[in-house]
Amino acid sequence: MTDLETLQAETEAAIAASTTPRELDAVRVGIMGKSGRLTAMLKELGRATPDERRERGAALNRVRDVITGALDLRRVGLETAALDSRLAAERIDVTLPPPPEQSGLIHPISRTMEEMAAIFGAMGFSVGEGPDVETTWHNFSALNIPAHHPARAEMDTFYLPGTRNGHPLVLRTHTSNVQIISMLQGEPPLRVIAPGRTYRADHDATHSPMFHQCEGIAIDRGLTLGHLKGCLIDFLRAFFGISNLPVRFRASYFPFTEPSMEVDIGWNRKTGELGGGGDWLEILGSGMVHPRVLANCGVDPREWQGFAFGMGVERVAMLKYGMSDLRPFYESDARWLRHYGFNPLAPVALHEGVAP
Amino acid sequence: MKFTLSWLKTHLDTDAPLDTITDALTRIGLELEGVEDAGAPLAPFRIAHVVEAVQHPNADRLRVCTVDTGDGAPVTVVCGAPNARTGMKAVFAPPGSYIPGLDTTLKIGEIRGIQSAGMLLSYREMALGEDHTGIVDLPEDAPIGIPYPAYAGLDDPVIDISITPNRGDALAVRGVARDLAAAGIGTLRPWARPAIEGKFPSPITWRIDSPACPWVLGRTVRGVRNGPSPEWLQRRLRAIGLRPISALVDITNFFTIDLGRPLHVFDANKVRGGVLAFRSGAGETFRALNGRDYTTTADDCVIADAAGVQSLAGVMGGEATGSQLDTTDVFIECALFDPVAVALTGRRHDIISDARSRFERGIDVSLLPAALDAATAMVIELCGGEASEVAEAGAEPAWQRHATLRFERLETLGGLAVPAAEAVAALEALGFTVQSRDANQVTVAVPPWRNDVASAGSLDQAPALLPELALSAAAGRAEAEPEADLVEEVLRLRGLDAVPAVSMPAMAPVPLATYTPRQVRAATARRTLASRGMLECVTFSFVARDRAALFGDAPAALRLVNPIAADLDQMRPTPLATITPAAARNVARGLPVGALFEVGPAFSAESQEVLAAGLRHGPAPRSWDGAAQAASAMGTKADVFAVLAALGVPMDSLSVTAEAPAHYHPGRSGTVRQGPKLALAYFGELHPRVLAGLDLPGPAAAFEVRLDAIPEPKRRRKALPDLPTFQPLRRDFAFVVDAATPAETLLRAAKGAERTLITGVSLFDVYEGEGVPAGQKSLAIEVVIQPRDATMTDAAIEAVCAKIVAAVTKASGAVLRG
Repeated sequence: MTDLETLQAETEAAIAASTTPRELDAVRVGIMGKSGRLTAMLKELGRATPDERRERGAALNRVRDVITGALDLRRVGLETAALDSRLAAERIDVTLPPPPEQSGLIHPISRTMEEMAAIFGAMGFSVGEGPDVETTWHNFSALNIPAHHPARAEMDTFYLPGTRNGHPLVLRTHTSNVQIISMLQGEPPLRVIAPGRTYRADHDATHSPMFHQCEGIAIDRGLTLGHLKGCLIDFLRAFFGISNLPVRFRASYFPFTEPSMEVDIGWNRKTGELGGGGDWLEILGSGMVHPRVLANCGVDPREWQGFAFGMGVERVAMLKYGMSDLRPFYESDARWLRHYGFNPLAPVALHEGVAP
Repeated sequence: MKFTLSWLKTHLDTDAPLDTITDALTRIGLELEGVEDAGAPLAPFRIAHVVEAVQHPNADRLRVCTVDTGDGAPVTVVCGAPNARTGMKAVFAPPGSYIPGLDTTLKIGEIRGIQSAGMLLSYREMALGEDHTGIVDLPEDAPIGIPYPAYAGLDDPVIDISITPNRGDALAVRGVARDLAAAGIGTLRPWARPAIEGKFPSPITWRIDSPACPWVLGRTVRGVRNGPSPEWLQRRLRAIGLRPISALVDITNFFTIDLGRPLHVFDANKVRGGVLAFRSGAGETFRALNGRDYTTTADDCVIADAAGVQSLAGVMGGEATGSQLDTTDVFIECALFDPVAVALTGRRHDIISDARSRFERGIDVSLLPAALDAATAMVIELCGGEASEVAEAGAEPAWQRHATLRFERLETLGGLAVPAAEAVAALEALGFTVQSRDANQVTVAVPPWRNDVASAGSLDQAPALLPELALSAAAGRAEAEPEADLVEEVLRLRGLDAVPAVSMPAMAPVPLATYTPRQVRAATARRTLASRGMLECVTFSFVARDRAALFGDAPAALRLVNPIAADLDQMRPTPLATITPAAARNVARGLPVGALFEVGPAFSAESQEVLAAGLRHGPAPRSWDGAAQAASAMGTKADVFAVLAALGVPMDSLSVTAEAPAHYHPGRSGTVRQGPKLALAYFGELHPRVLAGLDLPGPAAAFEVRLDAIPEPKRRRKALPDLPTFQPLRRDFAFVVDAATPAETLLRAAKGAERTLITGVSLFDVYEGEGVPAGQKSLAIEVVIQPRDATMTDAAIEAVCAKIVAAVTKASGAVLRG
């Protein structure tokens, strides 16, 4: 066995025997360090003849390559083993519950009003607002409901002690005050919806003293009852996500519109399913804005005409989302809110769809 | 408004099925409320003759009856009724029919060895009462084979419709019939006014001293015999829920329903002084026909004789002068009243009567003489007697009105191009009469019963309108309204379903924003808070007065005059006043930890504003990693800052001071301000008194963000971003300072020490205790120094650090901790 063969064999044995990166490094230094054995042999090469040098050099290089390769291989092996054992020690119980993080939710009334805003918004409506505490003029008189009108008595109005501009104050019984405010604020044409709080002195299983309404008004030069029908049919079908939802219009009466119509949608009375079923469910009141209402707001009915409508927000929400009872809407029972609430990060967006 | 089908058919000649009639009623605006058809379940039961009834061979109490049902060979029926006997007329139920009183369907059965092919029924088995002493025993002349409902008059469905406030004319069977005929259901039968000859001057006369009664007629009928009214009249009244009283009273009720013409009958012998006067009330108390006492006011129109008030005009008559069974002379009142006066009197005394509901909607002005004659004729027919001449006061007011319809308006307002001839025919069928007509328009006279068409009405224009605008709008209304009335009539009869639906024309190719910036703020606040784990709730705007007072002012101006309940009588000063009790209810439900918020109105005597208010309550939820925290002031401060940041408020402009409204814990609450004055939000733990008052266990922390107070963010282009090339340095400082010094003072001073180089200051430790003198605290901050033009030398860094220490010391008296 030559000295080189001995060196190689002994080194390979030493590499195999090292169990830590430090031991392995000591082996490397002992062979290839400044005063390593292989380094020493290389230094001696200078004293050899050219022929010997060529032969011996090639042999030395071969041994060096072999040892270097063996060192690298062992180093990677040792590092991998060290990492593996560290990772094994770092194990966690992945079945532990994550930190408690209650998600919050949007109330169905807010969601429904936002859906209304999105759909009517696509038809050019903007959202108008008015005060909850309103004068009898805005709430009644301007809307062609004079003091003695039966409709004023039928509305179960809440009264407040004071007056504003000489008119008694009430809690608005509908959001129609926004129609008046909108007409007084700006010149037609206008398209406004008014979702908001309304109040009537009535409290039982199907009535709440406070509830929400969405009123709408559109005034322009050529708007007809046909547009009223189109607008409401388009809304109802988009809102409920039923493209062929049956919609029926029946003659009726409201003091602030003429002609006036109740609007029914088709449903199944037994199952509560919307669309088919052959039964009708009243859902909206509507009509062409009464000439007196226009004139009360300084709008000349010879030039301008349009339509108005109103619907109960809770009522359509119940139909759309399947709530059976009105009262829990206001009770803030966290369990109910969790059950019916909406993800705040998925707000109403027409391009994402508004139907359930 | 209820009436029976047969009653309707006295005015309407039609063979239309019930469904067709009720569908039409709903379509034309006389909405169907319901149909009661008592006879429908009894339809299979027929009148039968018991040819023979013999003892059952195998049962003591049963009889075997041979029954002729009028339909082929007699059948055998085993019957247990004690009154079953040979020769009687009974009600027979064939096999297969449903017996409503037993809730069973009849089968052919064998009873004690004899087959029974049907049943003889008791009233109880037909669900017509409790009588079960025996089977129905009909008179001998009852016709065999006739359905029992037809024989018993039960085949007359009762139709109930709701009448809108504008349609006084439809509170009459005749009015309903007229509408149906105009809608193409049958034809209206003629109605003839009977001729009455007055034999003597009426001993009772009228005097009018009140503007509420423009015209009145009356007539005495003497020598009447009052008693029960005939069966047909009783049956009609009973079917619609009116109790038959006596012929004279039933006659007045009949005309109220039949013609929509309320009448009253006085017992002529009880009227004192021979004159009935219409005048204002003067505080007298009288007993009305409903047995209750009413005290009249000067605003009421009453009818009085020499003895005093006898009637609330148009609302309800009095007991003292009402007709009784022993009445022999009767005075019939047929009057016209001002609708508003009747409505107000009715409301003032809380009386709902058939008379009031008709007078306040307006009755047929011209009908008075004819109705008086018809009523007189019926009194004489049913009770005998002879009629006086008519006593009259006042005069028929002018009711004649015209309305013009330009045919194009059917399409340009109503959306449906109805041919002119069809439109005119529809109006004529409703009783409008054509005054003039050309190719473009028709002018019609309005029938006297349609008080809702082309009515005078009044405007109540906004006082702020420019005078010329108000005038032109009023003139426009005078032109447009009668025409709109006629368009409505034509469309209603034609059916609104015929109007083609037209989608809205676009106002802009792409719609503009639907929300105002203010509404966007509310939506953003809502989403921000919900995304932070809070549940949005919607609570009432009113609350119990004492609860409102816990959250600030409960002014009398915001106290409901007529609350629905004592605990809902005060407009809330903040949504917290209703959210906090809601949280307490959740705790009571077994949910000790919660986070609720509401974006809703807060009311003050002057105005209302929108708050985003929230409440976090409960201890730290137990968790294996211990990371969850209890509700705290700092937790809700984070909510406030999240909302303000989401709304684009420049956070550098905010400052926090240690004061807040009284419903917060005075030492653990704060106000967030923009600039020195503008308070944008409050946050903090709720005051223990509030918690105790609302039974909410602590800890609980709340916040209120005043959304309306937030200035609209300026719409300008953003500056370019600050993206320095050099790495920032971080240096830590610990200061010892008086314990009462707000941390914000130090942070602000450090931040301001070198504006361009210091880009961040954060507090990472607050310490009080060993190593820090009593009454002082140590605050440790990290400052981020951002080199701008070159890497900073040690000397330059030292200089910045020295500036920081100097600034903090100057602002707060703090000392750098050694």
